[in-house]
Order: sequence, then C-alpha cells, then structure tokens
Amino acid sequence: MGWAIALHGGAGDIPLSLPAERRTPREAALRHCLDLGVAALKANRPPLDVVELVVRELENSPCFNAGKGSVLTTNGTVEMEACIMDGNTKKCGAVSGLSTVVNAISLARLVMERTPHIYLAFDGAEAFAREQGVETAHSSHFITPENVERLKNAKEARRVQIDYTQSIKGAEVSATGKGESIIQATVARDVAALMEYKGLSLKEAAAYVVERTPKGMFRACATEDGYTEIGIWPSGINGDLEYPNK
Amino acid sequence: MGGWAIAVHGGAGVDPCLPAERQEEARRVLSRCLKLGAAALQAGLTAVDVVEMVVRELETDPVFNSGRGSALTRRGTVEMEASIMDGRGRRCGAVSGLSTVKNPVSLARLVMERSPHSYLAFDGAEDFAREQGVETVDNSYFITEENVGMLKLAKEANSIMFDYRVPIPGVDSCSASAGLIGAKAEGGLQMNGLPISIYAPETVGCVVVDNNRWCAAATSTGGLMNKMSGRIGDSPLIGSGTYACDVCAVSCTGEGEAIIRSTLARDVAALMEYKGLSLQEAVDYAIKERLDEGKAGLIAVSRNGEVAYGFNTVGMFRGSATQDGFMEVGIW
Repeated sequence: MGWAIALHGGAGDIPLSLPAERRTPREAALRHCLDLGVAALKANRPPLDVVELVVRELENSPCFNAGKGSVLTTNGTVEMEACIMDGNTKKCGAVSGLSTVVNAISLARLVMERTPHIYLAFDGAEAFAREQGVETAHSSHFITPENVERLKNAKEARRVQIDYTQSIKGAEVSATGKGESIIQATVARDVAALMEYKGLSLKEAAAYVVERTPKGMFRACATEDGYTEIGIWPSGINGDLEYPNK
Repeated sequence: MGGWAIAVHGGAGVDPCLPAERQEEARRVLSRCLKLGAAALQAGLTAVDVVEMVVRELETDPVFNSGRGSALTRRGTVEMEASIMDGRGRRCGAVSGLSTVKNPVSLARLVMERSPHSYLAFDGAEDFAREQGVETVDNSYFITEENVGMLKLAKEANSIMFDYRVPIPGVDSCSASAGLIGAKAEGGLQMNGLPISIYAPETVGCVVVDNNRWCAAATSTGGLMNKMSGRIGDSPLIGSGTYACDVCAVSCTGEGEAIIRSTLARDVAALMEYKGLSLQEAVDYAIKERLDEGKAGLIAVSRNGEVAYGFNTVGMFRGSATQDGFMEVGIW
C-alpha cells in the first residue's frame, strides 16, 4: 500500500546501441522528474497536482516528444496535445493542436477545471490559453534541431515516424507508442476494465493489453516502500539502470 | 439467433412537450433510414458501408443535430464532428472541427481508409477534405433559422444548452414546464438553466451487424448549442461515443462530458468481453452504473444479431430492425 508513481518518456524502437550522448540526458531527465514526483508525494500533494507537475517537467525537457522537443508535422510545425484525468472524481481535461502553449498538460487541467467542457482543440484551445493567461512561446522554443533532422529523414523515407508520444495521461494509466494502435485498442481504459470486470491485477492487465512489446520505453517508477527503477529496455536486458533500496 | 441487425438513433433527451407533428417527423426520418439500412443489408452490403450510408442520410436531414441543423458555437458557426469504426479489425476514423464538409461521417471514413492516421481535426481535416475532393459547401448551409434563435436564447441565459433532458419527478404537465421559459427554476425540466422546451435536436448514430457477423458503428454531431469554439465532445472519440469490435457495435448520445469520462461505448463491449455479460445486460449496466450524474443513451448490436438500447434521459429518438422482419421506431 502507500503511494506509487510511474512515468514514461515514450515507447518505440529504441536501439540497444543508443549512443551515450542520446541516452544519458534522457536517463537524467527521467531521474529528475521521478525525484520531483516522489518529493511531492512525500509532501502529501494530491495525485492530480503530482501528475501535472511531473508532466510539466517532462514537457520542458527537450529529450522527449512533448512540449519542448515535440516532433514536427509534415509542415515543420508543432501541434501538441495532452490530457489529464482525476481517478477520484473521474473528471478529465484534454487539449489538441496547440502551437504556442508551453505546458499543454496545464492547459488540459484548466479545461477540466474552468470550462463546462472536457476537450478543446486548435484555434479554440489557443484562444482559451490566452484567456487564461498561461505561458506561451514562439515555435522556436519547442522545435529542436534533432527533430528537424528527424522530419527530414522521415520525408525522405516517405513514412510517418513512430513517435514517442505521451499524449494520453491519466492518474493511473498512460500509454505510448503508435498512437493509432492505442486509439483502436482503447489501451488505457482496457487496463482499468480488465481489473474492474475481469478481476486481473494491474500487472496482469498491463501485460494482457500490450500485444506487441515495443523494443523499449523510457520509464521511471517509485513506490512508498523505497523501490525505484529507471529503465529503457525490458528488465534484464543490457542496462536497466537503478534498483536501489529494493 | 444470427442474421443482420441495425439500430439508429437521433439523440437522447427529448422534450416531453414536443409537438405531435415534430414527433411524427422524427419517426418518419428514423423509419426511412432504418428501411434504407435494412434494404442494404438484405442486398449484402457490409456493416461499415451500411452505417456510413445511414448516417449520411441522417446528416443530410435537418431534423436531427448533425450536418444541416447542427447546434451553433458561441460564435454562431457550425463545427461538426463524427467517427466511424469497423469492428472487423477495429479500424477507425474520426474528424472534428469541420465547417464546410457536407457529410462528416464520410470524411471520417476516408481518414480511416486513406490516411495513416485515425483522427484529423480543424484546418488539417478541412485540408484533407479538399485533397479527397469530398463535397463541401459554405458554412451557412448548415445553419438553420431555428438554431440561430436557440443560440440567442442560450446566450441570454448565459449557459450551455445540452441536448439531453433531465427527468424531474413531479413535473407531469407540459404547461407546468412550459411556464419555466426564461427561468432557472429548481423544480422544472431544464438543462444548465435552460427550459426543456427550447432544446436543439440531437446527435445521430447507427450500429449494424451484417450477414457475416461483422459489426460497425458511426456517430455524427454538430455538438452543443453555444459551445466554446474548439470544443470536442464524445461523438468523434473512439471508445466514448463510438465503438465496434468482434462482439458488438455501440453508438452513444447525450451529455458528451459524461460519455467521455465513462468511456461508455467501450464499456459495453468490455462488459461483454471481460465480465461475460450479454448485450442487453451490458447496456443496462453501463447506463446504470457508469454514468454517475450524467444523462445519456446508446444503441448497440451484437455479432449474434441482437439489438439493444438504453437511456437514463427522458426519451431517445431511436429505431431498430432485424433480419427476421422485426422493425420498431420509438421516442419514449
């Protein structure tokens, strides 16, 4: 029992040969965000506050496909989206098509708390952001050279690159990988439904739902009894990073 | 059991004082769409073709809230959305923020079949519509005088008009509730401060199981009267307003926010898959247990040729038909 936290920075074909200069900053960012979340939980902040502050931090990091560091549309622009859900009240908020909002997750929370709606998108969402006075920035804030390069490669290969998305965020389940597969399989809801309707444990439900394990997922988790883990590849393969205080 | 089955809806939450001729008009449209779908199924068309065809018909008719007759945003414009799902393979397509596309459900299908994505919205969706050469019209085509009037009333009451009705015990005469126009009365039939007598018509949807036992669902809407521009509701969200898989197909209507939070459409299927409930049991459970304070309705079919519906609102425009000749249209 007690609190628990898990966070991710994207799933996909993360090669084992990921060079250190690409791996180290991501590991450090995961560690940093986990620490922030754990500190907040120890200070008794409610779960909704904790997920928001952790995701804000992940958005601000250029290492992950969110906020700063978002991958680019075919037009070379960013269109960011986020959502947040409170498991206690089942209230939720979501935004899509943001191009100037520094922290999409916080705008999603404002949609939840300050409008009669759940989901705002594109121009309407941007207008709401201005009404609310949230921090906005020019596109140069979000676009990184790495992603400009990625887009160029994707166009040359004439394909949509599998993104390390963190578009779906709930108090309990957050999915990542190829967005379209997650939509059609209603992945996040299915984990809960398997627990509620079929009586599976959390672990069993997650395993049931993930049909094709991607090669890796940037992740970090911690529980109140002191367990922490930061990882990229499946456990036991070449470098799960930390198992202190198990 | 077995054989094909089809259900349609024109929205949950109906004004109990709806004039008789409006009720008749609604029944006629539902009946016509059902017959269209039934004939197509008899002819062997697939589930996904039939749901698209029937919803196109419902979009074109201004009686219900989708396509022509859509509810207006607070800016007085129309922003339409739709989704379609083919239970065979759980392929899906959705669109939001359409302002010129004549048949949103068809664009949703094109997203599913001709783009690498599942969901497109606003400018990007409109661009895709032009690339695909679908029929487009000026935004004014969708705006009806009636809805312009309703928007004005909604603004005066400074509230959002939901397209559902809250059943209030004790209000048993039309005149009693009619007398509440303009008032935020506690004991009267109202939604968000507006009396029930001036509500916008409803979202539309269709679910089908065909001769091959494949299920499909589609939902289309103009959304909420006086909504914020950019607001997305449940209708285009896979798992919320629309869902189809091996075992069933579901289309929902009512309070969008409640349907989203409860992942209503997906839950009907999950209850069948994970808890082993029958179609009707799953529908009843979902309506009763998953909506909390929310008001909504849904239609569903199963791979075995069963149809079911459920709603906790006052009425839902609906119809259903099965291969053995059964056909029924209902409001209350």
